[in-house]
Amino acid sequence: MAALTREDTEALIAEVLEVYPEKAKKDRAKHLMVNDKTLESSKKCITSNRKSLPGVMTMRGCAYAGSKGVVWGPIKDIISISHGPVGCGQYARAGRRNYYVGTTGVDAFCEINFTSDFQEKDIVFGGDKKLAKLITEIEQLFPLNKGISVQSECPIGLIGDDIEAVSKKASAEIGKPVVPVRCEGFRGVSQSLGHHIANDSVRDFILSNRDGQAFEKTPYDVAILGDYNIGGDAWASRILLEEMGLRVVAQWSGDGTLAEMENTPNVKLNLLHCYRSMNYISRHMEEKYGIPWLEYNFFGPTKIKESLRKIAAFFDDKIKEGAERVIAKYTPGMEAVIAKYRPRLEAKKVMLYVGGLRPRHVVGAYEDLGMEVVGTGYEFAHNDDYDRTIKEMGDTTLIYDDVTGYEFERFVDAMKPDLIGSGIKEKYVFHKMGVPFRQLHSWDYSGPYHGVDGFAIFARDMDMTLNNPCWTKLTPPWLKKEPEPLKQAA
Amino acid sequence: MAKLRQCAIYGKGGIGKSTTTQNLVAALAEAGKKVLIIGCDPKADSTRLILHSKAQTTVMHLAAEAGSVEDLELEDVLSVGYGGVKCVESGGPEPGVGCAGRGVITAINFLEEEGAYDEDLDFVFYDVLGDVVCGGFAMPIRENKAQEIYIVCSGEMMAMYAANNISKGILKYANSGSVRLAGLICNSRNTDREDELIEALASRLGTQMIHFVPRDNVVQHAEIRRMTVIEYDPKAKQADEYRALARKVVENQKFVIPSPLEMEDLEDLLMEFGIMEVEDESIVGKTAAELAAEACAA
Repeated sequence: MAALTREDTEALIAEVLEVYPEKAKKDRAKHLMVNDKTLESSKKCITSNRKSLPGVMTMRGCAYAGSKGVVWGPIKDIISISHGPVGCGQYARAGRRNYYVGTTGVDAFCEINFTSDFQEKDIVFGGDKKLAKLITEIEQLFPLNKGISVQSECPIGLIGDDIEAVSKKASAEIGKPVVPVRCEGFRGVSQSLGHHIANDSVRDFILSNRDGQAFEKTPYDVAILGDYNIGGDAWASRILLEEMGLRVVAQWSGDGTLAEMENTPNVKLNLLHCYRSMNYISRHMEEKYGIPWLEYNFFGPTKIKESLRKIAAFFDDKIKEGAERVIAKYTPGMEAVIAKYRPRLEAKKVMLYVGGLRPRHVVGAYEDLGMEVVGTGYEFAHNDDYDRTIKEMGDTTLIYDDVTGYEFERFVDAMKPDLIGSGIKEKYVFHKMGVPFRQLHSWDYSGPYHGVDGFAIFARDMDMTLNNPCWTKLTPPWLKKEPEPLKQAA
Repeated sequence: MAKLRQCAIYGKGGIGKSTTTQNLVAALAEAGKKVLIIGCDPKADSTRLILHSKAQTTVMHLAAEAGSVEDLELEDVLSVGYGGVKCVESGGPEPGVGCAGRGVITAINFLEEEGAYDEDLDFVFYDVLGDVVCGGFAMPIRENKAQEIYIVCSGEMMAMYAANNISKGILKYANSGSVRLAGLICNSRNTDREDELIEALASRLGTQMIHFVPRDNVVQHAEIRRMTVIEYDPKAKQADEYRALARKVVENQKFVIPSPLEMEDLEDLLMEFGIMEVEDESIVGKTAAELAAEACAA
């Protein structure tokens, strides 16, 4: 049952839009919709992937964030250079909690900020020489790196540095891939274009590096795509796949390696978790190598079971049996989690506003706990994401694209959710409004949330946030209507 | 002491801005004025005639060597040449790399912060790259920089196009600041009725042709010796021309917000003086073969 009727929700949207000038109102109206599960396509009811309006508080990132922060950054044995002034690299450093196994600074490099630290003179005279020197120094200081990517910050595009030529020369010199990535922050309307640019550069400089080389294949080879191992998500996913009899050849890109990515063209099936950030490379592998790809969802028991069976359907009976075995093995544990937390979370309302896949992927996990997602939205989705979201969300729920700070606050004010799941920029606004909040980008220093292991942690985290006693202490004693009688000293 | 006057010299590339500026400045120095020249062009050739040097070491090159512009002192970048004229070159990258415009911005900010515009100065002259390709090269005409813009031009079509375009740039900044067009300096190329043409253009722009500098080989003779005419041959007739220009600049009171011409009006003006052929609309987009066929038919 939805919190509001269709009419109520439509009235709420109209009321929230009222504050905008005419032109802005017209534009923003296209990005807000009331869900209708019967719709086949989102095209007619929501507009996405458009430039944000000047003056609103958008929560979007930039192309550099999409490439360095999301796709390239988590590859643990590749050093990604933040090419340009120091800030982009420093503020994008290690914040996304892409876990990896390795010795940082020796054979794994994700948490270190490598930057060309542009100064005024580099802008004026160009940064090509500095970049070449930086690559040489990296090779000397960190010889176990398997390759280098050059992540362009805005000034690189503005002054027209030829990072392609530098990368080509450096690659020949060090005998490793050096990948120029033109992900200048001013390109595109959000981080989404950065994902695409990153996918394209992986395609052009990495993917076919081992074509024609020997590789011992099995009929059960798969790759995990679009799992960035936040708080260990990919590991929790990998366990399930391996237990059902599959061989996970590669993780893209959380805890992933260059070799894994280069070997991916040998797999039988690509398993795609974050559709938005890696559908491009999945489609490319389908076209070039004939590898099918399958979207799956490892949030919550219902979706996990559904996904395991969907994946198994691609393989023989051995895997199908494996999937059933895995489901049978873990179902009691997951049911115990539900038994423990559902009574504490039943009928609680959630509003989400996240990035690439979670606004729709976590809905099932909340529902497994008896909760209801009454509003959801994406920072940088395209309409194919909304097509998928319509099916996951309840009827007459609210869906918002590139929601502005003002709109989100007003929606929360009106809909009074019991919990909000969004990012760090939103967190403290809602804390101050007295609404329980979980970060659904970085799992709020927790995780994993994927898989069976992740579900137990997810349920615990939602409970401890939502039922935290602090929320009952928000009204100071002197403002309470009926003051508690003073306790007499014994 | 008179108020410091900041002037910028703009004009089409190759028109003779640097030569004219340095000769003008030499004439001012000869008349006892204290002048600072700031070259705003990566080529760094705005001070060579004053300093007798090939190219002055520039602010940006020194900054690159020292690490950053904050590591420099004013003495490092300031040279003094003929007649006590102070010289600075902003400098910038070789063609094809980096951002020359940013170099100009950095250098000018540095000079301001370091107090290069000291109270003894009478004039600052900015000698700016021919084509105002980006915001950096408009730096000298932004607020609190040059108030007087002189455009060097000649009776050639492209030079006049450039003069008109620069006026458009001045107009943009004039409305928000104190920058004004101070006049056109005609650096003669010996085209027909050149003085009349530039006078006409000047009056259409709402300004004046402040001086007509005739063509004279002595300028080249001096230049080969990396000298201004004023210094090389003070008795030359051409030296008097530059002295006249200097005197007019000193006495100049006519600072205007320009009224740039529409492209059509400018072309009409050029046609009036026979610089531009009257356009024959009937031949536009026709190939040689088509024209030949038409000629046969006629």
